[in-house]
Amino acid sequence: MPPADDREAILSRVRGALAPLHERAALPDYTTEIAVMRSVIAGRDLAELLGERMKRVNGLALSDASALVAHLRAGKFLHGYCDPALWPVLAPHFGADFKVETEFDRTRVDDYAFGITRAAGAIAETGTIVLNDATTSRRLAALTPWVHVAVLERTKIFSDLPQAVAALGSDNNVIWCTGPSKTADVEGILIEGVHGPGQQIALLV
Amino acid sequence: MKFQQIDQFAAELKVDTRAAVYDGSKKGHEKRTKLLFDEFADPDALRRMAGDIKQHVIENLDTYLPAVEAKMKANGVQVHWAATAEAANEAVLKIMRARGATKMVKAKTMVSEETELAAFLEKHGIEALETDLGEFIVQIDGDHPSHIVKPIIHKNRREIARSFEREGLGDYNDDPQTITRRARNFLRHKYLAADVGLTGANFVSAESGRMVLVTNEGNSRFCLAATKCHIAMIGIEKIVPRDYDLALFLNLLARSGTAQEVTVYTEFISGPKSPAQPDGPEEMHVIFVDNGRTEVLASECRDILRCIRCGACLNVCPVYRQASGHAYRSVYPGPVGAVLSPLLMGDKFAQKADLPKASSLCGACNEVCPVNIPIPDLLLRLRNKAKEENVPSPGTPPMGAWALLASQPTVWRASLIGGKVMNYIPTKLIPVPALQAWANKRALPEWRGGEFRKWLKNRPKKTKP
Ligand code: SF4
Repeated sequence: MPPADDREAILSRVRGALAPLHERAALPDYTTEIAVMRSVIAGRDLAELLGERMKRVNGLALSDASALVAHLRAGKFLHGYCDPALWPVLAPHFGADFKVETEFDRTRVDDYAFGITRAAGAIAETGTIVLNDATTSRRLAALTPWVHVAVLERTKIFSDLPQAVAALGSDNNVIWCTGPSKTADVEGILIEGVHGPGQQIALLV
Repeated sequence: MKFQQIDQFAAELKVDTRAAVYDGSKKGHEKRTKLLFDEFADPDALRRMAGDIKQHVIENLDTYLPAVEAKMKANGVQVHWAATAEAANEAVLKIMRARGATKMVKAKTMVSEETELAAFLEKHGIEALETDLGEFIVQIDGDHPSHIVKPIIHKNRREIARSFEREGLGDYNDDPQTITRRARNFLRHKYLAADVGLTGANFVSAESGRMVLVTNEGNSRFCLAATKCHIAMIGIEKIVPRDYDLALFLNLLARSGTAQEVTVYTEFISGPKSPAQPDGPEEMHVIFVDNGRTEVLASECRDILRCIRCGACLNVCPVYRQASGHAYRSVYPGPVGAVLSPLLMGDKFAQKADLPKASSLCGACNEVCPVNIPIPDLLLRLRNKAKEENVPSPGTPPMGAWALLASQPTVWRASLIGGKVMNYIPTKLIPVPALQAWANKRALPEWRGGEFRKWLKNRPKKTKP
């Protein structure tokens, strides 16, 4: 008789395929230290290293709000979104030439040149910003504007990938962002800003 | 047919395409090597460890699969199973119909290429749009990907510019930046209008039920931010035992696949959006797809199921570089494809039995593979299988005469005299077509037959101490 459904069909075929094996490969033990770029991290201040490593992947780490405002102004990124929880602190740095909304309207995604949301953490080794559902006010606001600014607390920087994996926690949606969105699909030529941000900025606080 | 299919295809390949594929794959390989060896004390130890872990998983899938299912269900994910490509496509259609959904945005997934999902959905009146730039171009051209990581490695910017012009995405412009911007502007509104986002998964952790997705473009992020329903199609071999193992695999995948330390976006998804989050899927489905994998598991070549689809073996392979991906006539080209594709054919194995033979067994694929798959060994096993099943092999010179020569010393000696004649025969008169094709491109060295025998006979004998 054929199995009642695909689940049973697959599982019984798996069992059948494995039955002739006399011995099954054991789960090896190892330390994730083998997958850490120790020479890059050793003895470094994590915030400083993060900035350096972000630069290597064409990201940008800034350490004060006025530098951010200057950067946005220079790029003519004058209309954007800011997480309402962050805006009271940041607003005094933004001039009257800016239009900043604290509600994101998905029918007008093209209006927002920048989006400011909170980072859940960062990884110094690779220059990575960590986002998750709990700290990101809107997934779309961190993704659709040309410039994404992640506001990052200095105390939340992990040194390496294994540390960040260990801290994944219970959030359903954790995203590591390493530099701007990019592609090399056309003749292997690197182009930034495909579907996600063309600029990835971390604002350290 | 003069030669086996893959050789025939390679022989007829356009010069442009060959150059594009050759350069693209070579560049990818060189960068990877530098990155792996500069930063890790013992990169080979990483590869071996990752290989051992995945081997453990595939040899224990009977326990891992139900374990993953239970975790995912506990996380609020609906789990489905599909034994065949048709069943997988039907499962997607059923989910969409139940929601009254008519529009899907798709991230790149190799499983959905296997099942030809987009074409299937379009036939049922559902818009299924590829969002990875390369896959998007493949889709508008009605083409097929020729590389598992760089789908349009075989196309140049002029062809792409013409396609965009034809599709009404602007006037002819072959600047890669303009092409990319146009795709960005077109696709972002498609995501926002879509009902369902479909992705694959690069890894699934059995410990937490977390799926891991890596992309550089951010298209899977967009799928998971703009739509209300997420469907992930996942091959049953994608499991890793623990979250702990992810750092190792992510390090290897990014370096081997695209020569990056880490891919731009790595997403860890364990369930629908949290209630406080305004964006993202409220409903999440996972479809575990077999589609021939259990047959591979039952075969002598089960090691190939360790594959994490990085594409490094394609980039390094001298045959792939010359033949290009389409010569493999399947979703998986290159060395991984030469093993996997014939096996996934099931009882139609013979149709792809030429692939395992298109290899010099140089071993480069094994050397770069982040999960240390002994591809050359597996190719030999498949050649053997083809022989045992009497699959015909066009273009291969008959070896009967050689066997006769080599096993009869007197005949051999006599033939040595004849060998010298080869230096003087014009290429056109060589009776075996395959040999003629070979000699056409090469000059034979001067005949020196018999030298070894002479040496062996006259060599000074060692006197015993
Ligand atoms: S066989 Fe190995 S090298 Fe080839 S794609 Fe798979 S993981 Fe990568």
